[in-house]
Order: sequence, then C-alpha cells, then structure tokens
Amino acid sequence: MYALPPAPAAPPRRQVLVGTAVASLAAVMLMGGMLGVFVLQRERTPDGELWVPQGVQIPEVPTNVMLISFGTLVLFAQWAVYAAKRRDRSHIGIALGLVFVIGLAVVNAQAYVYNRMELPVGETAYAGMFYAVTGAMIALVVIGLVFTGVTAFRLLGGRESDQEIVAAHALYWYVLCAVFSAVWLIVFVTK
Amino acid sequence: MSTLETTLDSAEATADDTVPTVGGITASPSLVGVLTSSDHKVIGRMLIGSAIVGLLVVGALGALLGAERIDGDGTLLRESALTQLFAGYRVGLVEAALLPLMLGMCVLAVPLQLGARSLAFPRAAAAGFWAWFGGVVLLVISLANNGGPFGGQADMVSLYVAANALTLTGLTIIAATVATSVLTTRAPGMRMKRVPLFSWSALVASIGLVLVLPVAVGVHIFVYVDYQYTKAAFGAANGITDWTGYLFTGPVMALFALPAVGFFAELIPVVFKRRMPLRGVVFAGIGLVGLAAFAGVTQQEVIGLPWAGSGLTLSEPLTKFADLVTFGVLVLVPLLGVLVVLGVSALAAKPTKIGGETVRPNLIAPFVLAFFGLDLILLGMAATALNGVDDLALQGTVFEEGAAVAIVYGAVVVGLAAVAYWFPKLTGGMVPTKPVLGLAPLAALAAALASVPYLIAGFTDQPANAAVYDNDGPGELLNVLTTAGHALMALVVLAFAGLVVPAFISMITTSDADTAGDAAGDNPWDGHTLEWSTTSPAPADNFSVAPTVMSPEPLLDMKAAPDFARSAAAQSTGAAG
Repeated sequence: MYALPPAPAAPPRRQVLVGTAVASLAAVMLMGGMLGVFVLQRERTPDGELWVPQGVQIPEVPTNVMLISFGTLVLFAQWAVYAAKRRDRSHIGIALGLVFVIGLAVVNAQAYVYNRMELPVGETAYAGMFYAVTGAMIALVVIGLVFTGVTAFRLLGGRESDQEIVAAHALYWYVLCAVFSAVWLIVFVTK
Repeated sequence: MSTLETTLDSAEATADDTVPTVGGITASPSLVGVLTSSDHKVIGRMLIGSAIVGLLVVGALGALLGAERIDGDGTLLRESALTQLFAGYRVGLVEAALLPLMLGMCVLAVPLQLGARSLAFPRAAAAGFWAWFGGVVLLVISLANNGGPFGGQADMVSLYVAANALTLTGLTIIAATVATSVLTTRAPGMRMKRVPLFSWSALVASIGLVLVLPVAVGVHIFVYVDYQYTKAAFGAANGITDWTGYLFTGPVMALFALPAVGFFAELIPVVFKRRMPLRGVVFAGIGLVGLAAFAGVTQQEVIGLPWAGSGLTLSEPLTKFADLVTFGVLVLVPLLGVLVVLGVSALAAKPTKIGGETVRPNLIAPFVLAFFGLDLILLGMAATALNGVDDLALQGTVFEEGAAVAIVYGAVVVGLAAVAYWFPKLTGGMVPTKPVLGLAPLAALAAALASVPYLIAGFTDQPANAAVYDNDGPGELLNVLTTAGHALMALVVLAFAGLVVPAFISMITTSDADTAGDAAGDNPWDGHTLEWSTTSPAPADNFSVAPTVMSPEPLLDMKAAPDFARSAAAQSTGAAG
C-alpha cells in the first residue's frame, strides 16, 4: 500500500444540506416538468372545447390560504434554524411543531379543495391532470412532514449540535414554497 | 445510526455484521448481509451484476427481434407478442442495462477515487437500488402478462407505466447520492479541479440525471392517471410511447453514457504514464456532453417548446434558425464534447521521454476495451445527429434504433472495461488479462454488427419497431448481421461474466483476506488516483486514514518526488495543529 500522508481531520462539508439541495432540485424538476406538460395540454385544447369542465370551480379561499400557509411555514422553519443556532430546545420544538401542524393544514386544505370541487378523476383530461399535479405536490408536502418529524426527533432527542439538518429542513420548505407558488399560479389561478 | 446519517463511520462499518471483515478487509459476506448492505462497493456490485443480467436478456431479445425481421414477413413470432418484446428490448436497453451499469460504476468507484470512507447517504443509495430492482421486476411481470404499450391487459399496461416510474425514481435516488458524494466527501486537499476525471463525469452525469429523470417520472404519472381513468389527453396506448419514448432514443442517450466517456479519459494518464494535459479542457469536454441533459429536460421533440423539437431542416437553415440553435445545443455540442476528450487524449499519446528514454505506453486490457467502446459511443452520437436532420427522413426507421444500440453497447463495452479495471479493489484478484484482450475486438465487432446494419437499413426505409416491411433491398442481410451482433454481444457478456464470477466466488469463499489480496497487488495498473493507494480488496471503510491530496495525481506525485510524503505529512501535521 502506498504510504500517502495522513490528512488532518476532514472539515465539515454540509452533506445533509447539499443532499437536500440535490433532492430539492429533483422535486423542482418533477413539478416543473408536470406544470410544463399541464400548460402544454391546456394550450392544445381544441377551439370550442373547454379546458376546465363546465360547472367546475376551484375554491379560491382554501387555495389562497394554502399559499399563505406556505409563507408562514417557511417563516417557522427559519425560526427553527435561528433557535437551533442558540441551542434553544423549547423554541426549536415550538417552531418545528408549528411547521408540522401547518404542513398538515396544507394537506387538509387540499383535501377540502378536492371535496368541494366534486370533480371525478376520469371525467376529462383536465381532471386527471389536475389530480396528478396537485397529488404530486401533496406527496412532496408529506415528505416534508416526515423530514420535519425526523429533524424534531434528532434535535429534541439531544443532538442539538446538529444544526445543519435544521438548515436543510428549512431549505426543503423554501423550495416547496416556491414550487407551490408556481402550482398556485398555474393550476389554481390561471387554471 | 438514523436514516439521515450521511456516512458510515469507521467503527460501525467495520463492526457491521453485514460486511464481515478479516483484518479490516471485506471477506465472506453472507447473502443476507449482501442484500441488506449499505457498503457502496456491495451496492455497486449489485447494480453492475443486475445490469449484466439485464444485458444478457436484452441481447437475447435483440437477437430474437432481429431474426424476426430477417425476411420482412414477421412469421417467426406471434404478432401479439411483438409489441411486448419491442417494448422490453427498448426499455431494457436503457433502464435495465445502460443506466444501472453506468450508475453502478459510479457508486462503486467514486468514493474510492475521492478518498471517502463511504458514499453519501449510503442507505438511500441501497433504497434506490431496491426501488430500481423492484421496478424492473414489475416491468417484466407487466410485459409477460400482455402489458406494456399497446398491451391487451389494461391493468398490466398501467402496471408497466407505474413500474417505469418506480424504476426511474430509484435511479434518481442513486444519482442524487453520487452527486452529493462528489460535492461533499472529497479527501482533504481535493479541490474540485483535482477531482479524478471519472468522478467529474460521474458528477456531471448524476446532476444531469437528477434534472432529467424526475421530469420523466412526472410524465409517467400523467400517463398513468390518463390511461387508468380517461384515456383522453395522452393518447392511451399510443401515448405511452409518444410521451415516454424520448428516454430511449436521441440526444439524451449521450448523457446516460457520460460516465463511460469519463472512464476513458481516466485511463489516458495511466496508459501513457503522464499527467493528463489540458485537464481543464477535458473537464469542459465532459461538461459539454452533459448538455445533453437539456434534451431530456425538454423531452426532445415531444413537447412543442418555442424551438419545436430538435429536428433540423438543412434545406432551409436560415428560416429555421431556432431549430439550428436547438440542434446545435442538444446534439452537436455533446458530440463536440466527446471529440474534445478524444482530442486531448491524442495529445497525451504523444511520445514523451524521461531520462532520455521514450516512455512506452502501457496498453492495459481495460483501455483497449474502453477505446473500442468510446468509438462506438461516438458513432452512435454522430448517428443521432444525422437522425435529427429532417431532410434525411430517417426518423421512424431502424436508423434510430441503430444509433441507440451503438451508444448503449459502446457504453457497455466501456462498462466491462471498468469492471476489469477496478476488479482488484473489489476482490483483490485480477480479471485474466489475455482473455479480456481477446474479448475486446469481439465486443467491438458485436456492438458494430448490432448497430451499423440498422444505420444502413434506415436509409432503405426499414421501419422501426415493425417486423413486416418491404424487403426489396439488402434488408435480409442487414437483419442477419444485426441478429448475429446481438447474439455475439450476449455471448461476449456471458464470457466476461465467466471470467469475473470465479474470481468473485473465490473472494466470497476465501476466509484469508491476505491471500486474496496477493493476486493483484494494491496498484496493478500503476494508477495515479486515490483508489490505488488503499489495499486490494479495499477494506469496508475504504481507507484506514484519510489521505491528503496535493494534485490531481497524488500517486504520481509520490513517484515523481520521493520526499513528497515527508513534506506533505509535515504540512498536514501543521494544518492539523
């Protein structure tokens, strides 16, 4: 074996943060690709045909509340980062708990939207695509909730020095907030 | 260790019952240990082994479909089975052979090259492997039960689409771990410009895959929902091939084969016993190949983005300027990237003298294989460029298939070279050199036979994915040659497996790791990168101490300056202090 000189202790490389960034990139591409196809199919609707079926309305209040919820959600995720830097366990717990609850509220709001729309998935091309896009978005939110749970267990379980995971957690929610803003504009507003 | 633990720490890795060690060296792992392991070498081996099995199946399918197309009557196979066979063949080429082989190479070698003790997020990589594997199994089940595009069983068609999405998700996860590894687990001193060329290509390819594959997953979700419920927006059975077929042909294939280009570049300094000249240019060349990712992100010609696909009409280039730009970026620039790598490699081949004596190149067996493989990849990429020229009217013919097969089989040949090259780090033994050298021209011949005849048949308008066609020209001969090529490729892969498996079994069955390491030595190829500084086979955590890197070729530094180790050690001690 070659006797290469031993190195000093490796500096931290922020692996969880970088890994989260790469995973977030994948999430952006997933939703970006789906929104691109959604817009394309909307543009391809033949003249005289309706893209959104007659009588179907997307309730605006819950969708707007979802957007606002994402804004507050990233605020609380950033609060968790701030508290983690100060090793303030109680504030970390409150912040992550709020992130979790608001994330659940987003899922609940989406379920409410589905319920109010009463749009059978097999009715039109629009219906299938609507459920596919919003369903994928909710799947990403559920992944975020799991991430929040893991982050909370790690920090509240005593690994308070592990601030990187809180930063990575916040990064994921920032990205989801941006992605949802695009979904809100394209699927809920311009339809 | 939690699910978010990014690396296996040394003590745990060594004590892990999934990777038994003898004196710190991996030995005699149990089957359960292998299947549940998060050791990157084990995951890489499983990916490569599965890809080799996939290759055998794809080669057999290619031969069968070639034989079916010999007389142009389509009488050999049942017509109802043809669609499944064509689908299995085209999907298998990419998802069951090319991508797992390329990612397997990356998972296996990148941490060793970086001086890392493990892959980043090793359990995620293992999960990605099993997701991919499960997806492939479901694909086979769906195709065997009248699923796939144009299949007769609606549930099995849906299963086919879902299985594709699962397969692509697994590959995305693996690519993400590879990218994170290169970005975060490099040895101290290994700045990005000192990263080995193969690892650089792995980074570019894996980021490209993270960009491309989720888009494909999204499309599969749409197609699945549409097929399952409405069959309105995506054209039902036709839609499956129309919307997802872009992954199995065209410029994006260059991205999938990118690690093969990086591996070829990696071998150049080893073969010509010198530092790689113009490393920055080679980095740029590999990066240019990575631009093929845009072809996947924009789904090539399926989506009518402003540039309206990647086709080019030569007869009116000025009025179709937008097409010219797109064609250049998606097709010509990646081709230029491979030419850049080859060009710089040719510069490195210029004879040099050390101490008045001309340095003779060390033409190792993996290099011969890799050279042939890269030539085939280049041929496939050039053919892809021609296929994009609308005036030639090659789209929809077997020309497209010939181009794809040239890239896939070319990359496979390079993949076999990579297995032979890094085999000592896996087993401590060598793949017998002379038989590998003998297989190299056979592999090149097989790949050429499987692809070139279809490149010619494309000009005679033989249709793609069809057994019945107007057989007036040389179609019969061309299809015979293609059939022989696929069969020969399957035999070559089988023969290669025959060379590799006995050495691998001997590694598994031997309990004396020291003896296992004798056969190859730690640096049998006189390599320059970090993987050759550790023992053969590499221990469970790769390096007993983290090495210091002061140039792109740390082992060459040691040979060039005997007192290097002392001065570097002094520096690192100072840095540590």
